[in-house]
Formats: sequence, C-alpha cells, structure tokens
Amino acid sequence: MEPVRPHRGKVLVVDDDSSLSEMLTIVLRNEGFDPRVCATGDKALAAFRDFQPAVVLLDLMLPGKDGVDVCREIRAESGVPIIMLTAKSDTVDIVVGLESGADDYVIKPFKPKELVARLRARLRKFEESAPESLEIGDLLIDVAGHTVKRQDAPLSLTPLEFDLLVCLARKPWQVFTREVLLEQVWGYRHAADTRLVNVHVQRLRSKVELDPEDPRIVMTVRGVGYKAGEATGS
Amino acid sequence: MPAHASALLAPIRSVLQLWRRSIQARVVIGTLTLSTGLALLAGWVMLRQVTDGVLDSKTDAALSQAAAGFAAAQSRLDSAPDIDLLDVGSALNPLLDVLAPRSDAVDDYGIVALGPASLTGSAEEGGVLEAGFRFDAEASIPQDLLEKVRSTEGSWRAYTTIFPTASDSPTQPGLVVGSQIRVPPSVDQTSGRTYALFYVFPLQEQRETLFVVRGALITTGAVLVLLLGTIAWLVTRQVVTPVRLARSIAERLASGRLEERMHVRGEDDIARLGLSFNQMAGSLQSQIRQLEELSRLQRRFVADVSHELRTPLTTVRMAADVLHEARPSFDGATARSAELLQAELDRFELLLTDLLEISRFDAGAAQLDLGDVDVREVVSRVVEASAVLAADRGSELTVILPARPCLAEADARRLDRIVRNLVVNAINYGEGREVEISVASSPEAVAVTVRDHGVGLKPGEETMVFNRFWRADPARARTRGGTGLGLSIAIEDTALHGGRLDAWGRPGVGSVFRVVLPRRAGGEWTQPPLPLEPPDVDGAEAVGAPYARLSGSSEASR
Repeated sequence: MEPVRPHRGKVLVVDDDSSLSEMLTIVLRNEGFDPRVCATGDKALAAFRDFQPAVVLLDLMLPGKDGVDVCREIRAESGVPIIMLTAKSDTVDIVVGLESGADDYVIKPFKPKELVARLRARLRKFEESAPESLEIGDLLIDVAGHTVKRQDAPLSLTPLEFDLLVCLARKPWQVFTREVLLEQVWGYRHAADTRLVNVHVQRLRSKVELDPEDPRIVMTVRGVGYKAGEATGS
Repeated sequence: MPAHASALLAPIRSVLQLWRRSIQARVVIGTLTLSTGLALLAGWVMLRQVTDGVLDSKTDAALSQAAAGFAAAQSRLDSAPDIDLLDVGSALNPLLDVLAPRSDAVDDYGIVALGPASLTGSAEEGGVLEAGFRFDAEASIPQDLLEKVRSTEGSWRAYTTIFPTASDSPTQPGLVVGSQIRVPPSVDQTSGRTYALFYVFPLQEQRETLFVVRGALITTGAVLVLLLGTIAWLVTRQVVTPVRLARSIAERLASGRLEERMHVRGEDDIARLGLSFNQMAGSLQSQIRQLEELSRLQRRFVADVSHELRTPLTTVRMAADVLHEARPSFDGATARSAELLQAELDRFELLLTDLLEISRFDAGAAQLDLGDVDVREVVSRVVEASAVLAADRGSELTVILPARPCLAEADARRLDRIVRNLVVNAINYGEGREVEISVASSPEAVAVTVRDHGVGLKPGEETMVFNRFWRADPARARTRGGTGLGLSIAIEDTALHGGRLDAWGRPGVGSVFRVVLPRRAGGEWTQPPLPLEPPDVDGAEAVGAPYARLSGSSEASR
C-alpha cells in the first residue's frame, strides 16, 4: 500500500450503522484514506472540529440530530466537501440534502469504487494548480490562490462552487450543458443527476450575483445549460 | 334577425328549462292546469243545474197561468153571444182586461192577442191587441212560434228576446206561451178561424239571478284554483327543499369536502333520506380515509424498506467487493464463489431498485422533476452508455436524429430511464441484429422509436410486454438479463409525463416501441411525430395496438 499524505486522505464518516461504518473504514483504508467514524449526528460537529477531515461522508438519516442539520452546521463553518450517503432516491430528499450544503450524493447501495471515485473527485481540486487569473462578469478569480473578488472584496465560496465558477469562466464563449458540467466539475463520466447542477448553480448565484433573480455571472441558456456572463473588465 | 329571435326565445328557453329542471314548477303548473279544468267543468255543471232550476219553476208558473188564461179566454169567447169577428178590440178587450195582470202584481207579464186569421195563416185581420207589460210585440214573438200557434191547436212556448218599445231601453230574455183561441162556430160560419193569444213573461229577474250565481261560481273557482296551486307549491316545497339540499351536499361531497352532512330533523321520510345520505357519506368518508391511510402507510413502508434494506445491502456489497478484489489469493472454489456473489449482488441490486420504483408508482409517490430536455441528447447519452452491451450482443445501434433540438418539458432522469429501458430491451431481444433509434418532434409532441429486428411480438403480446415480470419465452428468460420490470417502469414513467408508450411487433420481423411525450407537461397532441408501424414492413396486417395504462390500476397482474 503506497503511503498517502495523511491530511489529504482524512475522511470523517458520519453513519449510525456500525457494520456499514466498519466496512467503509476497511474499504477507505484499502484505498489509502484515513477514515474516522462518528455514529451520531449530535457528536458530528465536535468530531469534525477535532478531526479536521478533508472530506465528510454523511448519512442523511441519523439518530438524534438529522443529517441535514449536521450538513448545515458544518457548512456554516467550513467549505469542506460533503458527500451525502442516502437510502432515499426521492427527488425531495436529495434536493433537501443538496440545498443544505452537500456537494454530492451517493445513493445506497453503492459500489465501493463509485464512492471512492466521488471522494477522489472532491479531493482532486485541492491539488496544486498553475497561477491563473480569470474574469467573469465583474468578478476576478485567482485560480491558484482559490479566491474570488468583487472589487477587491473577497467572496466566500466552497471548493465546489469555486470549481463550478472556474469551469464556466475558463471558456466564456462556451455553453455548458448540465451533463458537461457534471463531468467536468463533479467528475461523473456518465451523466447522473442534473439536479446536482441546478441546486449548486442556485447556491453559487446566491453568493456571487448582485441580484440572483437577474443573473449576470452565471447565465441560463434555456433548454441547453449555462454559460459565463461577459467579463466587464472592472 | 337572429339576435332578435334569440332575445325572444330566451324567456321561452328559460321557462322550458324551469320545466325540465324543477319538480316544483312541474307539480304546481300541473296542479293549476288540472284544477282549472276541474273548476270549469264543475262550474259549468252547477250553472246548468241552477239555470234549469230557476227557469223550470218560472216556466211551470208561467205555463199554468197561461193555460188558465187560455181556458178563460176560450170559454169567454164561446159564451159571448155576438161579436164582430173582425173587430178584435170589441171581441177581446174585455177579455184582456180580465187576463192582464193587475198593476200592483209581482208577476209582470204581457198579453198579445192577434186577430183572426184564415187557416192558411195569411195576414192578420183585425189588428193586434196588447195588455199588461209593454214591449215590441211584433219583434219579440218569434215567427215560427206564431206560425205554429196559427196552424196547430194547443199551446206552445218558446224562449225569446223581448224588444222594448223604446229603442234605447235594453232587451231582456223572455218566455212566450201562445195558443189558438177558436172563434165559436156560432159566430163564424166559415169555421176554422182563430185568434192567437200570447203570454209574454220577461225573465230578466232570472237572468240577473243567474248572473249573480255565475259570478259567484267564477270567483269561487278562481280562488280554489289559486289555493290549490299554492298548496301544491307548499307541499312540493316540503319535499323538494330537502332533495335540493341533498343535491348540493352531494355535489360538495363529490368535490372532495367529505365532512359535509345533511341537517336531519324529525323522523319522516325526508329525515330518513337525510339519515341514509349521511350514513352513506360517512361510510364513504371512512373508506376514503382508510384508503388514504393505507396509501400513506404504503408509502411510508416503501421508504422504510428502502432504507432498511439499502444500508445492509451496501455493507454486503462492499464486503463482496473486497472479497472479489482479493480473489486471486483464494482457492478455485472460493474465488468462484466470490465472483458469483458479486454478479448476483448486481442483479439483486437492480431488482431492488426496480421494485422500489414500482412500489413508489403504486403508492402514487412518484413525482416529476420537470425541466427543458433535448430528447436528442438523452438518446445520444443512452446509446453511448448502451454501446458496451450492444457490442456484447453483436447488435449495431443506429441513431436517426433531427438536426434541430427536440425540446420537451420532461423529467430528464425518467426520460433517460425510459429510453434506456427501451434500448436495452431491443438489444436483449434483437437477436444480435441492428437496432434503430429515431427521434422526431412536432409542435405538440416529441417521439422516440426503438426498432429491433429480433424475435418480434406475437399478436396480443404488444400489450402484455408491459406487464410486470412478463417474458415472451419463460424458458429463455434467465439468460436475457434484466429484471422483467423495465418496460413496466417505462410505461409508468411515460404515463407520469402524460405521454404514451406503444408497442408494435411481428414474429420473426422485429418489434417497435414508441414513446410520445407532450412538448409541454400535460399537453395534448393529435398526430404522433413518428409512426408506430415501420413503413418498410408491408403485406400482413399490423398487430400493433395502442396501450395505455389503466388509470389508477396498479395490480401486478391483469
């Protein structure tokens, strides 16, 4: 087993099913991650602060505090990637989970490889990137520095939202379908669920748009997808 | 002018509508009509009887008076020694004085005596004498009565109209009684000459009496008819009001307000109708509640099963995966077991997913997540994802896409699943031959057809293919893969969009599945953008039949 840098592989598993947690631990260790298990929602935030994981695997149905609440709490203090584990595939449950701040979701039962692929996709963006500066609308993006500024005022984006914005800003002439975005930002090779894109575009807009009702930065191309707003050069 | 005509017709139409719709109006109008007829008949009969009664007594009195008068006149004339035949006055004047009513008499009548006439009834000789009540004798005595009296013996009577002497006075009804008075043979040698004597009785008094009676009858009848109408209205209202109430409450029940009840008062038939009605509503309500509760439980159960099954399955799945990865280090039997475990877990997972999806449809918990979808992209994606399976089976996938986007308001995930199910099905049953997938759109709808050249469908099978776990050939089922639920899920997904999924097939030629979705969710279309039956197949009749999911039915077997 090749050694991995410990802080890169730290995964917090929040799940009440001890068998599944143990199995996850085995699989993640095999894949070179450093997992830790938290069995209840109530202890999840404390475990998160203590462990400082690079990614959180969060079961939505937890005894005590609900997974959605845990997700909101973690999101309130960190942009750390959160992947939901859910046994429900109903639209409502997934959208609620995504809206509470999760970056991605995996529906039980999942294949271990699928889960690992999702984890890696979320972690890959933390790797070093060349210095690059992009403009989108009236925003300035420093790709290497992971910052977005509007007239020198920094905006706080999660890594996923940042990736989404960078993806659009890199090719301002291109219209991205939801499927292409799923592939480029989430790492899905075969399109999965375009609700992911919809929810995160809404979340991104709520942070970067001056008026989310009248978007200037992430534009909708009806029936096709999204594109970057024109750089205003400010 | 039509407008004018319709303005005229409007009230007629509203009256007709009232007649058709209102029992009360029908009963009241019916009662009024019938009672008016009855009152008229009864009034007419009563008036006849009263008239007869009044006139009969008067006539009897008049006749006996006249008879007495005639007898007196005859005997007087017979006993008269000599009279001038031609001088009516001298012969009859004394007689008339006796016969005429006294001036203070209650019974006023007039007497007319006519001079002798020959048997041939030629003109009067000797003039006319009158006494008593004054009137125009010539106009008042009917000519035929006069002739009868002249020609025949005995007394005759007739009703007549008495004309007054003064032309401005009103006429009045009267009774005329006439008789011959023979001229004694001692006077008249040419025997057979007669005088004519008439009694004229005015009937004005009787007429006035009858007028009063008639007026009374009309008034009584009218009041009676009106009262009957009112009674009918009141009585029918007693019945109709609760019925109308029941109707409006039934309508409210039908519109889903299950807590509505009739107000029951008393113990009569209407109250019992209300009671039965309320019982019916109550049992309906409880049944619907029960069904709702069952549906809710079912949904809850599905969610619970889903969660409870999925978590352990995830663990098993991961464990199997670890074993599968490590199988090179196992001995032969254990390694094969690990492979089998892995493969069957895949099938188990697919089956579980499909079963949960089906039970979600059955529970009515399936929801659409609508968005603008380019059907071409969905198809391209599915074809791309199915390429491996197609290559495995030796089928070539051909896609015919229009150049322009085929946008539809649809749930991308479900549409993806529909197309995937159809394509996978075509590959599985396509006998390794070409599979063609076409997309087309019209302003109203988009359509996708998937055609294979495989085993095809026998007549009648094009509806059965959508049944759950239905397989064309049970013997070969297991080697085909799939869960047996793919097409059932596809048709449910299509129905959820308000679309249609049809199948066509012929044994040995192949089959076509066509899905048509409205461009706007819930929209309608008249002409599907693609034909179901392939145009290059001719000759034998098509066995294709449209298949629509029976609304609300969710039985696993039909």
